[in-house]
Amino acid sequence: MKTLKWISVGACALAPAFAMGTTLETVQSRDSVRCGVNAAQPGFSSLDDSDQYRGLDTDICRAVAAAALGDASKVDFVPLDSVERFTALQSGEVDLLSRTTTWTSSRDTTLGMHFTGVSYFDGQAFMVASDLGVQSAEELDGAAVCTQSGTTSELNLSDYFRMNDMSYDAVVFDSPEQSIAGFEAGRCDVLSSDASQLYAQRMQLADPDMAVVLPEIISKEPLGPAVRQGDDQWFNIVKWSLFAMLNAEELDVSSSNIDEHADSANPDIARLLGQDGNFGEGMGLNADWAYQIIKQVGNYAEIYDRNVGAGSNFNIARGLNALWRDGGIQYAPPIR
Amino acid sequence: MSVRPNTRPAGHKPLFWRDRAKRAIVFQLLLTAAVAVFLFYIIGNVQDNLSARGITTGFGFLNNTAGFGIVQSLIDYSSQDTYGRTFLVGLLNTLLVGGLGVIAATLIGFIVGIARLSPNWLLARLATAYIETFRNIPLLLQIFFWYFAVLRTLPSARDSLAFGEVIFLNVRGLYLPEPLFESGFGLIPATFIVAIIASIALLLWNKRRQEATGKRIPAVWISLVLIFGLPLLITVATGVPITWDIPELRGFNFRGGFTVIPEFLALWMALSIYTAAFIAEIVRSGIQAISHGQTEAAQALSLPRNLVLRLVVIPQALRVIIPPLTSQYLNLIKNSSLATAIGYPDLVSVFAGTTLNQTGQAIEVIAMTMAVYLTISLLVSMFMNWFNARVALVER
Repeated sequence: MKTLKWISVGACALAPAFAMGTTLETVQSRDSVRCGVNAAQPGFSSLDDSDQYRGLDTDICRAVAAAALGDASKVDFVPLDSVERFTALQSGEVDLLSRTTTWTSSRDTTLGMHFTGVSYFDGQAFMVASDLGVQSAEELDGAAVCTQSGTTSELNLSDYFRMNDMSYDAVVFDSPEQSIAGFEAGRCDVLSSDASQLYAQRMQLADPDMAVVLPEIISKEPLGPAVRQGDDQWFNIVKWSLFAMLNAEELDVSSSNIDEHADSANPDIARLLGQDGNFGEGMGLNADWAYQIIKQVGNYAEIYDRNVGAGSNFNIARGLNALWRDGGIQYAPPIR
Repeated sequence: MSVRPNTRPAGHKPLFWRDRAKRAIVFQLLLTAAVAVFLFYIIGNVQDNLSARGITTGFGFLNNTAGFGIVQSLIDYSSQDTYGRTFLVGLLNTLLVGGLGVIAATLIGFIVGIARLSPNWLLARLATAYIETFRNIPLLLQIFFWYFAVLRTLPSARDSLAFGEVIFLNVRGLYLPEPLFESGFGLIPATFIVAIIASIALLLWNKRRQEATGKRIPAVWISLVLIFGLPLLITVATGVPITWDIPELRGFNFRGGFTVIPEFLALWMALSIYTAAFIAEIVRSGIQAISHGQTEAAQALSLPRNLVLRLVVIPQALRVIIPPLTSQYLNLIKNSSLATAIGYPDLVSVFAGTTLNQTGQAIEVIAMTMAVYLTISLLVSMFMNWFNARVALVER
């Protein structure tokens, strides 16, 4: 029996190609979604007092679990650092990556992965010590800049300083905890990262007022979930889980009022909630897939507010992340 | 006396599967072939799977523009250079901290190891305390300690500690004046090299003369005067063709001069001090392995204590010390990859960190990084084995 086990393990290791089923079948037979997230980035993915992951990124994972399994709690969170995240997705260690990952052309085309949409429009910014009296990023010539390895930040930083004819010293740490510690110790004048992360890191300082985030945004950082190439059904499930939350906000359907729409006269709501037609069928899901997402996780406004918006410590304005009708650029194709 | 008859008819060769030597060759060939087939299959399998999943492979990325800055580089580097160049920058930074770490760890290790055997009670106890403290705390914690606990207490750039208004120390690092060489400077290093060659010749001559006649001159002192005095004399004679680029505070930081970054200082200190604790124990055991009779015999010849150590004990102890010392050197070099935790731009941080992440080509990058550490380690091993063979006991 033991021999047989080892033979089968060996056979799997040597199989010419992974002959696994689709990701949805794997997820359903395992009865959980394996989701790659940040280990500790408050607002996006961090452990709360009761050891539960909380954040915008983790709510995306929950939405996918609600759609695929009908239960938002069936998620195995896999904390990944920025260096190991792509390998974890490529090798099948996780079913999707929802880890403040910037959608770039090279990642989309050469890493065997597909971004499914933009869950948060971010941009790189600078945080400086208040007592330096710096008002604008253009005054930063000659500064020492702390940042993290394995992110798009390093590239943007170098481009920005070169374009503005300024010099800088990059001090690159391998985790956000180290880079904020370096900044707090005075190793560098400036901490540079995505604006959302800077706000979270500023809250971690012993005295948040010792630092200010400069107004300049020097790059486009569309953050979104990503899946492996080659499984279009799973790609669609993750993509439409996010779109369902955006559509729900647009239709003013939230987790609290969803049951009042049980027999909606609005055809868009009826289609979203699976009362009219079955729009889950094409993805191998039940007709109530979007209902489960909104009921158990919420619409986009709800997850935004409780994690990074007005209902959280960070109080980040919606800005670009507002719906298109409210002056932002979040826009989802319709469900019909 | 019975003689076992030779059953094999003379002049008749045995069948080859009956011949042990030939059989062994066949089995080894079979094994080699099996390993080769296995590797070939694995590599092909990886390539097939990667291309099936749309993941780019190959080493073409080394020619692409890197586009990120590196805080310390021994060669010219700008963010417009290639990923291949980041590999070199990282490699040289690893070699720098590894090389200087090996030198410092050896010096500290020998001093502490000998101090531990000192008849001076206080010195011996201090050495013991040093060894037991530093070898029992995980290295990563020690690196964090030197980086965050010690450097954090240094002042900010504006309140730097100044030494004579030319050397500055603050939380950003140690700022030293950088010598700028003017024309006519080439003569000075040339004199330096000539002085070194002359000193070596003098030492060899002195040794031969002593063996032949028993007379000796203080050749070591004469060499030191030659090596340092001659270049100095030439420097003064040519009117000091050096100007100094003195660091000065402009804007946020000091500009100009030569900067030793705190990441380097912290890593270098941590690696040297940690490894020195192990080397000290190796040195102690090496010395204790030498029979005490040797020391007594040397003392009976009324050799002073430092000569007893230098001429009698240490040369014999080296035979015991060198093999485990090699392992410590290898450990130090491999441990330098912990640099990434405090942001020192070594090979792992720059190449297996940023470059890997920007290109996403994990297999190629990690394979190159592993090959580098393997090569460095094998070279160090080779050198130490050669050195070991040289100091090994030669029977006369």
